[in-house]
Amino acid sequence: MSKGKKKKLTPVQREYQAFAAQREPRRPLLTNCLRAFLVGGIICTIGQGFQWFYTTYFNFDRVTAGSPTAASMIIIAVLLTGLGVYDHIAQWGGGGTIVPVTGFANTLASAAIEHRSEGFVLGVGGNMFKIAGPVITFGVFAAFVIGTITVLIKTVGGM
Amino acid sequence: MLQGHQSWVFKTPPAVLSSAAVGGPFEARGALAEDFDLLHDDLYMGESSFEKAERKMLEEACSKALEKAGRKKEEVNFFLSGDLINQIISSSFAARTLSIPYLGIFAACSSSMEGLALASLLVDSGAAQLALTATSSHNGAVEKQFRYPTEYGAQKPPTAQWTVTGAGAALIGREGAGPKITAATIGRVVDMGISDPYNLGTAMAPAAVDTLQAHFRDLGFDPSRYDLIVTGDLGRVGHQIAYDLLIKKGLEIPADKFVDCGLLIYREEQPVMAGGSGCACSATVTYGHLFNRLRRGELQRLLVVATGALLSPLSYQQKESIPCIAHAVAIES
Repeated sequence: MSKGKKKKLTPVQREYQAFAAQREPRRPLLTNCLRAFLVGGIICTIGQGFQWFYTTYFNFDRVTAGSPTAASMIIIAVLLTGLGVYDHIAQWGGGGTIVPVTGFANTLASAAIEHRSEGFVLGVGGNMFKIAGPVITFGVFAAFVIGTITVLIKTVGGM
Repeated sequence: MLQGHQSWVFKTPPAVLSSAAVGGPFEARGALAEDFDLLHDDLYMGESSFEKAERKMLEEACSKALEKAGRKKEEVNFFLSGDLINQIISSSFAARTLSIPYLGIFAACSSSMEGLALASLLVDSGAAQLALTATSSHNGAVEKQFRYPTEYGAQKPPTAQWTVTGAGAALIGREGAGPKITAATIGRVVDMGISDPYNLGTAMAPAAVDTLQAHFRDLGFDPSRYDLIVTGDLGRVGHQIAYDLLIKKGLEIPADKFVDCGLLIYREEQPVMAGGSGCACSATVTYGHLFNRLRRGELQRLLVVATGALLSPLSYQQKESIPCIAHAVAIES
């Protein structure tokens, strides 16, 4: 909790929160980190396997193999989401399932499935990017800022 | 009638003529499966959305309760119901089907005991001959509204709780066989500044303690009067906090007499983090399991303190803390 928020609490609230904090189980940080490392690593290894598969058996080089590899990983993640397995892997693996492309696929697929009951336009269309939307919005904005800085440095520095 | 500051003692204690509990697939694998009248093996229950499934359970719980008492819905004067879905649509839509004069209530997960207290008040005061009270919650519908899509892979902390899929209903009448509602204490809203929606047990524990203190102060009893004092859905974390907080306030309840619906409903090995929650948590456990124990004579005097977190998806996004409430109802066989 931020310092500013703590200040607004009354003495009674502060006393209770300290009382309660002694009785709340903490998030198992170390275990979570290890599990995230393991699960994230396994997902990336599978991705690596796909890349090897596409470069060895198809006419792809290391760069162009990126697209079919990502597509394969997305299809698997969406299938696991639809079958109701992905959230269980995520509860165990934590951050390991969020970071790779599979996590992004899961946010889109889960929101689309959930809001199917409100129809294709208002439900699926309107809510599909509910969780992934901020990532895209700020991702695009960050890219714009970094791009502008890069161009400025190149034109100024390259004179 | 009114006793002390915020309690009602019923002069001619209304009777619970019948009660019913309906549950979902996860509850069917729980510790109290035998106390449910009806269990579904699918979260959608043959409906096209989670919200419709919840309404179906609520309607089933009501008709089951009426059927068990051998009464027709036309005989019931009032229907009091509440749930967690925006604008309490599950309750209102079920009331449309039942077409019993309807009072919609909202007290989050404590709606069960608010409904039971008000239904008893209506019956005891002569404002009703028969009153039906019910509440419901659905894991999928609640997750969708308050948190993330059900299939979204977000890791939940150990303080998080699992919303019960189910519905409970009780038919209250002026006279007849069955457990008697003797008293009720209406709680006030308590906010200890907790703002984490994954830690509702901690947020709600002080409300339960406040209502329990008020109950014993107003009625002049001490906790030994009851065979069992049951909190609604504090879960493992909140229940322990409430237990310790009561001792700190000088109101000790023996640990073996102080239990929580959220801890009773599921088995130890079910992955529910800190325990069950939701309107249906206290409703199904009380109207199913606990009332069955009263009827069998295993319990004589029971106090149920249902707890509710009065947050909305909007309020926590705006970084508001979580106001909480608890209502207590005393039932004697």
